[in-house]
Amino acid sequence: MKMPRFEYHAPGTLDEVLALLTEHGDEGKVLAGGQSLIPLLSMRLAQPTQVVDINGVAGLDTIDGGADTITFGATVRERQAERSAVVRERLPLLAEALPYIGHAAIRTRGTVGGTVAHADASAEIPCVVAALDGEVLVRSTRGDRVIAASDFFQGHFTTAMDDDECLVEVRIPAQDPGTASAFREVARRHGDFALVGVATTMALGADGRIAESRICLMGMADVPYRARAAEAALVGAEPTAEAFADAAQTAVADLHPASDVHGSAAYRSHLAAVTVRRALTTVGARARGESA
Amino acid sequence: MTDHSIELTVNGAPRAGTAEPRMTLADFLREQLTLTGTHLGCEHGVCGACTVLVDGEPVRSCLMLAVQARGTEVTTVEGLADGDTLHPLQQAFMESFAFQCGFCTPGFVMSTLALLREEPDADEARIREELSGNLCRCTGYQSIVEGVLLAAQRARDEGAVL
Repeated sequence: MKMPRFEYHAPGTLDEVLALLTEHGDEGKVLAGGQSLIPLLSMRLAQPTQVVDINGVAGLDTIDGGADTITFGATVRERQAERSAVVRERLPLLAEALPYIGHAAIRTRGTVGGTVAHADASAEIPCVVAALDGEVLVRSTRGDRVIAASDFFQGHFTTAMDDDECLVEVRIPAQDPGTASAFREVARRHGDFALVGVATTMALGADGRIAESRICLMGMADVPYRARAAEAALVGAEPTAEAFADAAQTAVADLHPASDVHGSAAYRSHLAAVTVRRALTTVGARARGESA
Repeated sequence: MTDHSIELTVNGAPRAGTAEPRMTLADFLREQLTLTGTHLGCEHGVCGACTVLVDGEPVRSCLMLAVQARGTEVTTVEGLADGDTLHPLQQAFMESFAFQCGFCTPGFVMSTLALLREEPDADEARIREELSGNLCRCTGYQSIVEGVLLAAQRARDEGAVL
């Protein structure tokens, strides 16, 4: 199918972007990498009359490695993040997740900010941002807001952003070198949307017990789902296979995934528990300094 | 809706045309520039048939607006052969019978080109992983993978420039 008609704007400054979004409200849509928006337009699932392309706005395409936080401008490509030494060294969880996104020819256009703003609950980067307690800087003519990931993702394709706001930065705290991480997902074919994915981190204390644990699931709820009960149950526990298996069951206990052509709810829950257990096994081994 | 004038470089030559905002780069290449080697299968980013290089990077030309390609350098499958001499990648595909109907071939060739330029030593597993973004309904993929491996081997052993 061909896209519906729309007016195209390619402003050179963020102020012009914000003025257009203010003027057009819910008729306006920001275009960054276009790897989600253009398919939506092509299937006419979205029909904005005004498309505001932010690719020409200077200064949005950089990855800044600050002291504690890595900041991604709104037009940083996924491929750019994949090739970034800063990401590889300071956000290994993101580095591990990036190759799972679509295919190379998608990641060359798709942006870190765009996938966060699109808020598909089965997408990799929102899951990683939620796992690492990242935050999002959004801007409008009314001013700036910094929104924590836990507040930003509100439902399927729904975020805390208003129609006149533009995502400007995604900020992710750099991972502590002493904290291990692991990303796992299951898709029927490489590059397909995952049935389930898990982003997890773990740090061990001097006594060998788990000092810190984060578990975030994708594809199992309408937002990236932090399994906080399972995280809490692991803290203070020995990193054993039994502890990981129990935590995996806890992680999925309160989830009610949908049944569809790709899998029943029971299958998805089973798959999620197995994937969490495997991710915990991997991150546990990494936390102990073993290669896994 | 306002038409936009588009100026860009395609296969090394400056080209120009006009496009309404909703026109994809793929439709622009095919309809305005009559470069019909770029094929359109699904038109929403799944099949990979329309893959071209934009500033050297593989891109789904159905997921990029023509207006966004202003000022870029685009390479399509028409830009590969040198007169009647096939590009080494095309030659390797042909010798490996890496197609049947040929509809998906331009996308496979352009995706492969980007892969082997970045990873000349890509092994079979990497090739299969990368080409998972391109769909073929005839070959069963085996012969395509063989064609890519043959091209990669010739680039390494015989210095064929990809």
